Amino acid sequence: MKFLRDKIDQIKKPFGKGEKFEKFAPAVNALDTFLYVPNHTTKHGAHIRDAVDLKRTMITVVLALLPALIFGIWNAGYQSLSQIQDVVPFMDALIHGAWKVLPMIAVSYGVGLGIEFYFAIVRGHEVNEGYLVTGLLIPMIMPIDLPLWMLALSVIFAVIIGKEAFGGTGMNILNPALTARAFAFFAYPTYMSGDKVWVSDATTMDAISGETILGKLAAGKEAGYDAWSMFAGTIPGSISETSVLWILVGAAILVITGVGSWRIIVSGFLGAAFTAFLFELWGASALMDFGMNHLLVGGLAFGIVFMATDPVSAAQTNRGKWIYGFLIGLFSILIRVFNPAYPEGVMLAILLLNVFAPTIDHYVVEGNIKRRKNRVAKQLKTA
Amino acid sequence: MSKDIRIKKGLDLKLVGEAQANVSSVSRSQVYSIKPSDFHKVTPKLVVKEGAEVKAGEVVFYSKNDEAVKFVSPVSGKIIEIIRGEKRVILEIKIQADAQDTFVEHGKKDPKAMSDEQVKAHLLASGCWPFIKQRPYDVVANSAEIPKAIFISAYSSAPLSADVEVVLKDKVSAFQTGVDALSKLTKGKVHLSVNGKVNSIFNSVSGVELHKVFGPHPAGNVGVQISKIDPVNAGERVWVVSPQDVAIIGELFLTGKFEASRTIALSGSEVSNPQYYTVKVGAQIKDIVSGKLASDNVRIISGDVLTGNKVALSGNLSYYANTVTVIPEGNQYRMFGWMPFAGANKHSMQRTALSWLMPGKKYTPDTNLNGEERALVVTGEMEKVMPMDIYPMQLLKACLANDIEKMENLGIYEVAPEDFALVDYSNTSKLEAQVIIREALDLMINEVG
Repeated sequence: MKFLRDKIDQIKKPFGKGEKFEKFAPAVNALDTFLYVPNHTTKHGAHIRDAVDLKRTMITVVLALLPALIFGIWNAGYQSLSQIQDVVPFMDALIHGAWKVLPMIAVSYGVGLGIEFYFAIVRGHEVNEGYLVTGLLIPMIMPIDLPLWMLALSVIFAVIIGKEAFGGTGMNILNPALTARAFAFFAYPTYMSGDKVWVSDATTMDAISGETILGKLAAGKEAGYDAWSMFAGTIPGSISETSVLWILVGAAILVITGVGSWRIIVSGFLGAAFTAFLFELWGASALMDFGMNHLLVGGLAFGIVFMATDPVSAAQTNRGKWIYGFLIGLFSILIRVFNPAYPEGVMLAILLLNVFAPTIDHYVVEGNIKRRKNRVAKQLKTA
Repeated sequence: MSKDIRIKKGLDLKLVGEAQANVSSVSRSQVYSIKPSDFHKVTPKLVVKEGAEVKAGEVVFYSKNDEAVKFVSPVSGKIIEIIRGEKRVILEIKIQADAQDTFVEHGKKDPKAMSDEQVKAHLLASGCWPFIKQRPYDVVANSAEIPKAIFISAYSSAPLSADVEVVLKDKVSAFQTGVDALSKLTKGKVHLSVNGKVNSIFNSVSGVELHKVFGPHPAGNVGVQISKIDPVNAGERVWVVSPQDVAIIGELFLTGKFEASRTIALSGSEVSNPQYYTVKVGAQIKDIVSGKLASDNVRIISGDVLTGNKVALSGNLSYYANTVTVIPEGNQYRMFGWMPFAGANKHSMQRTALSWLMPGKKYTPDTNLNGEERALVVTGEMEKVMPMDIYPMQLLKACLANDIEKMENLGIYEVAPEDFALVDYSNTSKLEAQVIIREALDLMINEVG
């Protein structure tokens, strides 16, 4: 171990302070800190520090994403193969899916991290770990057959316009992964909606087709799947959003470790359930009659668990998180029911609430300020 | 009559090396020192020269901004060195101690029989004034002002810090006299808060409003108690005095001497037999810790692990410190140390480390930052350790932006750096919250006063 450490220190020498390649130090440090937690000690303030750091937090989110990702890879293969053969062996489906999904992940990480490293070097700060999550989320919420160059463009748009333009990690208004999806959705609608994009090879082989359930309902067809399939996720959809089961496993990891806000997750589902319940009472269309099944489809669970909980773009106060989550659930169903052209109600609802999150926080914090001012006013009255 | 204060938010860190409740004395240091930097925002004006002889309690310097406030020598001896820094700023005054102290005699006095003005003049002349600190801003109190109340927290909840019940065991009468004197300085009440979980030696103290405090650290922080009892509003002043200093003030009235001795806890995982010692203010660290350290690669902290100052072996006990803590330095690399659920020997408030499964475990933390500084990403974690009615992250952001109006609105007058010590400890981005708050308070002193 000592040998490896010495070797790294030797390699890093030309990147040290005052040396030739000093400005490239963030790139080298980013790689080094993945091997070793640095030997930095406390200088000011508290002399001891909690074991948690941003790297640990972000890796925990990646861990939470893995169940849904692995299921998504399998499901991508299964949806396609099950239409041309009667029996789909588990490994066949997994390998078929992996051939599609892994290149997408590679492109997303490659392009995104490249930009992150570039900005870190230009701005002279360390590389932030946030993209480890964003870079995995982006392919997970795309249709399986999205061309890689479109994915790359979406990533570039999300990282540069969605994040770095606002000042980098921690400053962005919108969730970067959803920004990527929204970009693709509006720039290449034919690749992002319709009845040919949700199952792999559907565009090239006539034998294969596949619509999302919400797409079918909006077109006035039957859903065609039972609630269990919707919950387990063996339905067409974006790569990793279909399985509520495995998303809930991820949610459990986020909530137990405390990395994801349980307030947002709980209030998000409450908001969606409340709205779906009201619409079911109304019952004027197939989408309204869908009732509680709304909670199982269309990426609602994925959005609430992994996207709405992004701490940077969410509300930051505890009370604000309740309001924010509830409104995301509410607007998701509202958009689905009233504007069937946008079955991705969740995506738009989260982006909308991302924009309003600072306003929600403002009013919550204003309550605190008012309490403080009232105290002074009371003091003046008695004096 | 006592009023209970119950606090839920916070964190009791369980650390190895708690001091046992027996008190010894350490050999008298040869050199004592006073550092003006211990008195934040005080610009010293020297009245002695190098080579001068001083008695214990004799004035060494006074504050340029508030000339009545005198700072005195803790021992009798000879001024051997005045260390200056850039622009001739005085960094340290070293006093070579005589074998035995000779004191400036102020004469025995009874504070109850004295007028308010007499008590104040006596405290100022004797050099006891610097023990009185002011909130907001956490600086030495302005002698021209009258506070709306005085607060004494006789409960130290910080990890490994000296237990007030132990250090003042034999000094309750001096403490009572100190309280009698302090009560002359305010038109309002003197609030005394004690640890609610023990049968406190202070329960019998009279002339105070007694509060029993329950809950995790920072429940013992006087700022937290003030916020629950009588919060500081814009333009108001309250004063705070730490209990050992109340006893020193009491001794002054009882004996007529400035007897600046304290009982400190020498604690931490790197101390062989952690226990209490009686020392004088400004004593050399070397004399306190020599022969008692278990290893070499250590950090010595004058104060507790959350708020103290780093000192060298050749350094001195800082003026207000009641604790010396010694913990291992963390200047080594840890391979894959960021891995979630790895390293159960590290404590974390978040459950990304397995420490949450072992609630009773005691930890041996080192000084490693456990990561690098990052942008503020995670939300909601600072609130878990902030029992005051304050939005910590929003306030810190206002401080970073130097937005004075917003800082006022969000409660900057109610906080001191120590109230953000646990935010330092627990935040994922490794933000230096105490430093940010200190700088913001300094800005407020300059802009608002």
